[in-house]
Amino acid sequence: MTGGFTRRNSVRYSLLAAEWAAVHWNESALSMKAYCGLRASMDGVAERNGADALHAAEADVELTMTRSRTSSVETRPIRVGSPRSKTESSYSVMVSFTVNDQQQSVDVDADTPLLWVLRDHLGLTGTKYGCGLALCGACTVHVDGVAVRSCLLPLKALEGKSVMTVEGLSKDRSHAVQRAWIELDVPQCGYCQSGQIMSAVALLRDNPAPTDDDIDAALAGNICRCGTYSRIRKAIYRAAELLRGAQSS
Amino acid sequence: MRTRSREIRPIDHSRRKFLQRTAHLGGGLVLALALPGIQSGSRGAALSGGQLNAWLRIGSDDSITILVDRSEMGQGVYTALPTLIAEELEVDPAHINVVAAPVGEPYVNVLNGGQVTGTSNSVPEAWEKLRKAGAQARSMLIAAAAQGWHVDPATCRASNGAVVSAQGKVAKYGQLAEAAAKLPVPKDVALKSPEEFRLIGKPLARLDTPSKVDGSAEFGIDVKLPGMLYAAIALSPVLGGKVGSVDSTAALALPGVRRILHTESAVTVVAEHFWQAKKARDALRIEWQPGPNATLDNAAIWACINEGAAKPGLSALASDDVAAVLKGGHATEALKGAAKTFAAVYELPLVAHATMEPMNCTADVKADRCDVYVGTQVQQLTQAAAAEAAGLKAVQVNVHTTLLGGGFGRRLEVDFVPAAVTASKAVGAPVKLIWTREDDMTHDVYRPPAREAVRAGLDVHGKLTAWMLHITSPSITARFDPTNKDPFDSVIEYVQNFPYAVPNFDLSYTRQEIGIDVGYLRSVSHAPNCFAIESSIDEIAVLASRDPLQLRKELLVGKSRHLQVLNTIAERAGWGHAVKGRYQGLAFMEGYTSCIAQVAEVSVEDGELKIHKITCVIDCGQTVNPRIVESQLESGIVYGLSAALWGEITLRGGRVQQRNFNDYRVLRLNETPALAVHILPSDAKPGGIGETGVPPVAPALCNAIFAATGKRLRSLPIAAHKLI
Repeated sequence: MTGGFTRRNSVRYSLLAAEWAAVHWNESALSMKAYCGLRASMDGVAERNGADALHAAEADVELTMTRSRTSSVETRPIRVGSPRSKTESSYSVMVSFTVNDQQQSVDVDADTPLLWVLRDHLGLTGTKYGCGLALCGACTVHVDGVAVRSCLLPLKALEGKSVMTVEGLSKDRSHAVQRAWIELDVPQCGYCQSGQIMSAVALLRDNPAPTDDDIDAALAGNICRCGTYSRIRKAIYRAAELLRGAQSS
Repeated sequence: MRTRSREIRPIDHSRRKFLQRTAHLGGGLVLALALPGIQSGSRGAALSGGQLNAWLRIGSDDSITILVDRSEMGQGVYTALPTLIAEELEVDPAHINVVAAPVGEPYVNVLNGGQVTGTSNSVPEAWEKLRKAGAQARSMLIAAAAQGWHVDPATCRASNGAVVSAQGKVAKYGQLAEAAAKLPVPKDVALKSPEEFRLIGKPLARLDTPSKVDGSAEFGIDVKLPGMLYAAIALSPVLGGKVGSVDSTAALALPGVRRILHTESAVTVVAEHFWQAKKARDALRIEWQPGPNATLDNAAIWACINEGAAKPGLSALASDDVAAVLKGGHATEALKGAAKTFAAVYELPLVAHATMEPMNCTADVKADRCDVYVGTQVQQLTQAAAAEAAGLKAVQVNVHTTLLGGGFGRRLEVDFVPAAVTASKAVGAPVKLIWTREDDMTHDVYRPPAREAVRAGLDVHGKLTAWMLHITSPSITARFDPTNKDPFDSVIEYVQNFPYAVPNFDLSYTRQEIGIDVGYLRSVSHAPNCFAIESSIDEIAVLASRDPLQLRKELLVGKSRHLQVLNTIAERAGWGHAVKGRYQGLAFMEGYTSCIAQVAEVSVEDGELKIHKITCVIDCGQTVNPRIVESQLESGIVYGLSAALWGEITLRGGRVQQRNFNDYRVLRLNETPALAVHILPSDAKPGGIGETGVPPVAPALCNAIFAATGKRLRSLPIAAHKLI
């Protein structure tokens, strides 16, 4: 499963590998061989601070958005901006986009990730910082309906786009996924749950009747250190039921 | 053959004294005692009504506020502890507002010797205390109503947030609270018997869940104060290193940067927004003085541990309180006379906590007070650390405990607090300091490495005649609480409750420091010790040609609680009846006054391990909320699986090599096996559950791997081994 990833790949590519791995690890659950192969491919990242690695990526930023359909995972690269100069990141830019259906114009440093714009500029702290490298999914939001990791997505990529965060799901926790999460008491510490919920919502929108494999594929990128995974799985099935009920009634 | 006493309850060494040092902090507690709730309520509106005790405030609007004095880090204390009060107070838990308690004497955890959330004892410690508090408050409310009605209180009863008289008069608690608060607190109140429980033991919904599905739950990292600035920190890449020279020219030129502060061991950048602070932090050119750990690596750490292991250990049986429980016999002699002997060394690596929420702290320092907003497991230590950094007295520091995005023992440390306070004081504004994931991973206070040498002897009939364990590891407690002189504190957990009947037993410990700080990590020494005990029992079963379950049952003969757990897991896991190609491994533990067993079911094909299922049975006494107990056990299993499979921190040149979740791998949803948790009914006092699920996973898994492959793994993580 790790055939495409070798040491000679650029740091940027290794970063993608991390995201790719997060999504694809399900293919051979707990496969040690695969893990060791992957680990070797990740050495390039391990050697350096992930943040440094990100800045070292001089080429244009390429982010992978994942979308789950039935049991397969598609990746859709989104090209963001033109090649950056070293100093570009210190320029501020005005970006207009919508967040939870509200028009926002934000004037910040061009490379500020959406995550920090949401949290520190717009006061939407439901979206969490976990790793900064799209490895843990705590920062998952929807951009134009696709679940993305906001910690790596620079604001300048958001011009004209539509962002939804956990705060935008409903005004009263009435979204089927939120109801299922409450019914099954999924959260423990709760820190990762906004991201888990946003991944689950995206899955169910594309796939109203997911299988275990579909859930594996869609949620593999969201880490929970409290180990709420089995309840997350049950809650996704429950939410699918609630959604079907809402449709038929 | 002598067996260990079944009557004496093993004393719980696990960090029971680990906060003696807080007893010396003095001062700060008194003010908080006089004004419980006021400090943490400073961000909310004060209501008229009554404060009935340290934990309970009833508003004139019938609102019920419960101050919870343990930190909510996922383990459910914001539900379980209010449930204890609500049971006796006769109120609906769904209508309770939960507020974090400030620092205060009534909020001390007497089992931990400080205001500490740890050792899985929040419910056990509160079990009598909070039910009594609820009953006292109910009694005072009834008395207030009876006074007003000029009737005998004995003719009135409490029901659903109101007092009802025999004549059918009803007064809601909100109307009575002010008067009730002025009445004397009754000393003796009768508590409900288990048959009368209305809430305890029922799978009630968690009170914190709604806020955790809409993004409104406030963790430390979410705190926002007017005029707040953000900070990022540069910590020495070599653990224990110091700041040499700093060139901050480039960093200062970046937008938003307000101040760069140097201390001996770190450089803090304060900016208008976090991303600016982080970028400026990354732009600093710092020459670090690496200090004594410049060449520290894993080879050096293990050479150090092995050197310590060659020295004779301190005998735990020489310690009076251990000897009261464990009887030694003559292990060395017994080993010499044994027909078969067994010797194995088990090695456990450094492990990181890796909470989902990286360390962070928000501080607001003024001339005469300091407010600290932080997810912490130690309110008093946080107060003391902030006071020192602010140059204030402890009483001038208010600790506002937020929700914790995971604790696991990492937030028993306060290493991330002073820099936020110092920065706030320097810039004269509130400052939120956030560690990046890389800061968090590379500057954790890791679970110490341990070397565990087991020797055992069998007689000609295959009967176990001697079992000896020599532990070599650094001491967490010696650093954490130098006033604690018990050398075995937090080191011999589970072994101190060694449940297996063996006529000759020995336990010794060599403290061997390794040059870096080590810390308490979920289940502390239960995990390494359980790995050594339960792996060795499995190995001994092989040596004696016995079934691992049967051997354990024989060694636990007469212990009905232990046997019931084993018999139940055999039934639930289908012990001995795995489908073709799948193999089972068993582990047991007595700890946190609970008994637990787990069976792992695995297959190994072409060297690839697949974990199909983990079955878990626990007797943890009376459950307050079985739904939370179940989730905590699943949580412990997943946490234990991550550590068993991949958990290993390595150093090179004194630097931690793992930086993020790419190279410190943890279990994901798609990798999680089926989990089946069964809780045995009991009306004994509640035992601990937050950490109890962790330790048996690794030995159960490795025992299953042995059953599948014949390969015995005596060190972790499993990923470091080839399974072919």
